[in-house]
Amino acid sequence: MEPVLSRFGEQVAGARAAGRKLVIRGGGTRLFYGEPLPEDDSFEWLDLSAYRGVVAYEPSELVLTARAGTPLAEIEALLDREGQMLAFEPPRFGAGDTLGGCIATGLAGPRRLAAGPVSDYVLGTRLMRGDGEVMHFGGEVMKNVAGYDLSRLLVGSLGVLGPVLEVSLKVMPKPRSEVTLVLALDEAEALRRCVQWRSQPIPVSATAWLPDGSGGQLSVRLSGNASAVREGVEKLGGGVLDAATACAFWLGLRDQTHDFFNQRPLWRVTLPPGAPSLGIGRELHEWQGCLRWLTGMHAPDALRAKVRKLGGWASRYRHDGTSDASPVFHPPAPAVIRVQQRLKQQLDPDGVFSPHRLYPDF
Amino acid sequence: MKSGVALEAATAQAAKAPVTPDFAGFLAAIGRALPSACILARAEQTRAYECDGLTMYREQPPVVVLPEDETQLIAVLNACRAHHVPVVPRGAGTSLSGGATPHPQGVVIGVAKFNRILKLDPERAIAVVQPGVRNLAISEAAAPHGLYYAPDPSSQIACSIGGNVAENAGGVHCLKYGLTVHNVLGLRVVTGAGEVVELGGEAPDAPGLNLLQLCVGSEGMLGMVTEVTVKLLPRPELARVVMASFASVERAGEAVTRIIAAGVIPAGLELMDQRAVKLVEPFVQAGYDLDAAAILLCESDGTTEEVCEEIGRVEALMATAGATRVQVSASEAERLRFWAGRKAAFAAAGRISPDYYCMDGTIPRRHLARVLGAFEEMEATYGLACSNVFHAGDGNLHPLILFDANQPGEVERAQAFGAAILELCVEVGGTITGEHGVGIEKINEMCVQFTRAELDAFAAVKRAFDPQGLLNPLKVIPTLARCAEYGKQHVHRGELPFPDIPRF
Ligand SMILES: Cc1cc2nc3c(=O)[nH]c(=O)nc-3n(C[C@H](O)[C@H](O)[C@H](O)COP(=O)(O)OP(=O)(O)OC[C@H]3O[C@@H](n4cnc5c(N)ncnc54)[C@H](O)[C@@H]3O)c2cc1C
Repeated sequence: MEPVLSRFGEQVAGARAAGRKLVIRGGGTRLFYGEPLPEDDSFEWLDLSAYRGVVAYEPSELVLTARAGTPLAEIEALLDREGQMLAFEPPRFGAGDTLGGCIATGLAGPRRLAAGPVSDYVLGTRLMRGDGEVMHFGGEVMKNVAGYDLSRLLVGSLGVLGPVLEVSLKVMPKPRSEVTLVLALDEAEALRRCVQWRSQPIPVSATAWLPDGSGGQLSVRLSGNASAVREGVEKLGGGVLDAATACAFWLGLRDQTHDFFNQRPLWRVTLPPGAPSLGIGRELHEWQGCLRWLTGMHAPDALRAKVRKLGGWASRYRHDGTSDASPVFHPPAPAVIRVQQRLKQQLDPDGVFSPHRLYPDF
Repeated sequence: MKSGVALEAATAQAAKAPVTPDFAGFLAAIGRALPSACILARAEQTRAYECDGLTMYREQPPVVVLPEDETQLIAVLNACRAHHVPVVPRGAGTSLSGGATPHPQGVVIGVAKFNRILKLDPERAIAVVQPGVRNLAISEAAAPHGLYYAPDPSSQIACSIGGNVAENAGGVHCLKYGLTVHNVLGLRVVTGAGEVVELGGEAPDAPGLNLLQLCVGSEGMLGMVTEVTVKLLPRPELARVVMASFASVERAGEAVTRIIAAGVIPAGLELMDQRAVKLVEPFVQAGYDLDAAAILLCESDGTTEEVCEEIGRVEALMATAGATRVQVSASEAERLRFWAGRKAAFAAAGRISPDYYCMDGTIPRRHLARVLGAFEEMEATYGLACSNVFHAGDGNLHPLILFDANQPGEVERAQAFGAAILELCVEVGGTITGEHGVGIEKINEMCVQFTRAELDAFAAVKRAFDPQGLLNPLKVIPTLARCAEYGKQHVHRGELPFPDIPRF
């Protein structure tokens, strides 16, 4: 075993034997996400940032394997040189961003609805269990149904099932052509159009709607072959944004540097396509209306009841500096929680890994 | 190491002979909950269920139950738990890995009566269907709205969407449009523990652990699927296919590499070796080049302009990769003709040979030539012929081993040949199953692909959903004893016999 891994293994097994808890971290840029960490010294860090490096990259097989501590920027630069990308456009929060953190949080960017979730691109993982033994699930091939898909299960698990040490990802070619259109539309009309495009062959790769003085503005990014994008531009109408402005605009949303993201608390609400306006204050929409960023002091239970009625979920995304007794994530139905709880008990029977990060109670 | 020991102990316990089923009690309980027409117990009624698409394995089930709705299904599952009766869920029975092979002391629960499309929302391009709905029926229902359901296994006229979910089925278009797991938005599942859970849903990113995608491909071992929410896509305006001949398999593989490296993700990218071409051409008369060592079919779909743009690019790439002949379908009829042979590969094997065995391994594509070369040597070793169709874009191989079950020893030789193929797939960094599942067929090979710790983790997942271990017992996860008996060990990554594999 590699020396770094042996060191992790010793730390993990040692913590387990002593009944200590481990909270897993990479670059620490995403620790804001999830249940707040206890302020006492009831846990110790398992820091994966030293376990880094791209292990294999086969551009023509669309597969890249890297260790958890590899900086996201290193991976993206490497892909860029081959004209490829991470299709799920993970947000970048700083130079410390690691692949492990990106997988553990499972956050995707503007292309989410067109490309699918982060988990759609995870082909294989290596995971350490409580006695320090390393397990390998999935692999470096696109199609693989041997055993249960634990790799996809680990996406968004916030470390509660153990440290993800290595990840194999499906990567995608960059689109040949990209154009951003801007349409002046109020919220209801913007939502209506976004739904209409679902059933039409228009290569929408991202949308964003923001209110303004006269109603609002819907930005639509089209990506694909030049001809498909050109046809899309004709169908949609509106003004074409110059490339540099467009690029900066989508980066602001992707990396959450847009002013909207500075507000606290910041709620992240996901809804089924076609869900109406929530009508409760200033909203920023992405993902063809399926993602709504909200700000303001909402009573969590009331907001969640309203959102659930529409088929969606509401989580307190940025809660630093605000105090609230309700859980950060929208609690799923009791039966679903029970299964998740049993899964946690089965895979981490001693409760060593990142307790309470996903749910306050386990 | 304490937890390792604890895990092994738990696995050993799960593997221990289960409590003897109380069949009389079970029958009485389901008799109270279900109309008698839903319970098939006479030998002539249950015979049709004795095997699935992998006909080498047969087991006539003592009883088959066909519940009409979820309430009845839950009643049956409750009775199974109370009376310790193993359960084999069944869709259309087309599994090629023995996933739906009955248990000698168990009940087969068929979802044939769960055959309704509950919702088809053309504007939002979403459908909610019951698990017994046939894959193709979804696309047929969506067609009047210009929509379709993308994953298209060759068995799509027969297989059920519930079975597709259980096996994470793929099709020729999955390179571009994804597997079942990429097209299912939500599931309603009755777990082995008896809970009804809604996983995923129409809204993206459901909170908590990703149980939705864990359940896809879980081969009916975690729960029974009672509802599936799928996304629909607009039907492409046009599809055209480029057919190219190559003088060697390497050259064809090289063409695939160039196409993908050029940033083209074709709608379909399939390779047939010469044996496969010679096998199918007499039946379909597709006009295949019988002199080619390999034929590549590369499909492009989308708007008319887009397709023309991409086809031009693909043609040029094929030529530079050394294609000896390149043809582009000029009409829909011609496109279908080019595909006919690929689609008829299994049927043709069935006509030329009394029996055939379809394998399903995946390899990193860079090893294609070496792997096909090794298959040729295996043909000599096992004295059986093998032809290859290959989902070239994603590395999924379907070798067809031809044999005659009436010849003494041929079944065993075919099985040994198959096992050797799968072990080679693992050795080069691939997997023992790309889309057909492990079932009972590949349970030994699981010992080769996974370490005990990994198999224990699968067993742990199973216990979380199905603590009594009643759903599809004896499938997918081999016991310690089974692996010891098989005598082949997991190939550890560091000890790969191919130190020359190019590493980044
Ligand atoms: C000629 C032929 C061609 C094929 N081509 C392809 C192909 O191109 N791609 C591909 O991926 N596969 C292919 N297959 C394999 C097979 O069709 C697929 O695996 C399919 O998904 C099985 O569906 P089914 O309804 O027949 O399931 P079954 O065979 O009935 O069952 C399969 C598994 O699913 C479980 N199951 C079934 N229903 C449920 C449910 N409601 N809830 C929980 N578990 C359930 C069963 O217990 C079993 O383990 C092919 C098979 C044949 C015979």
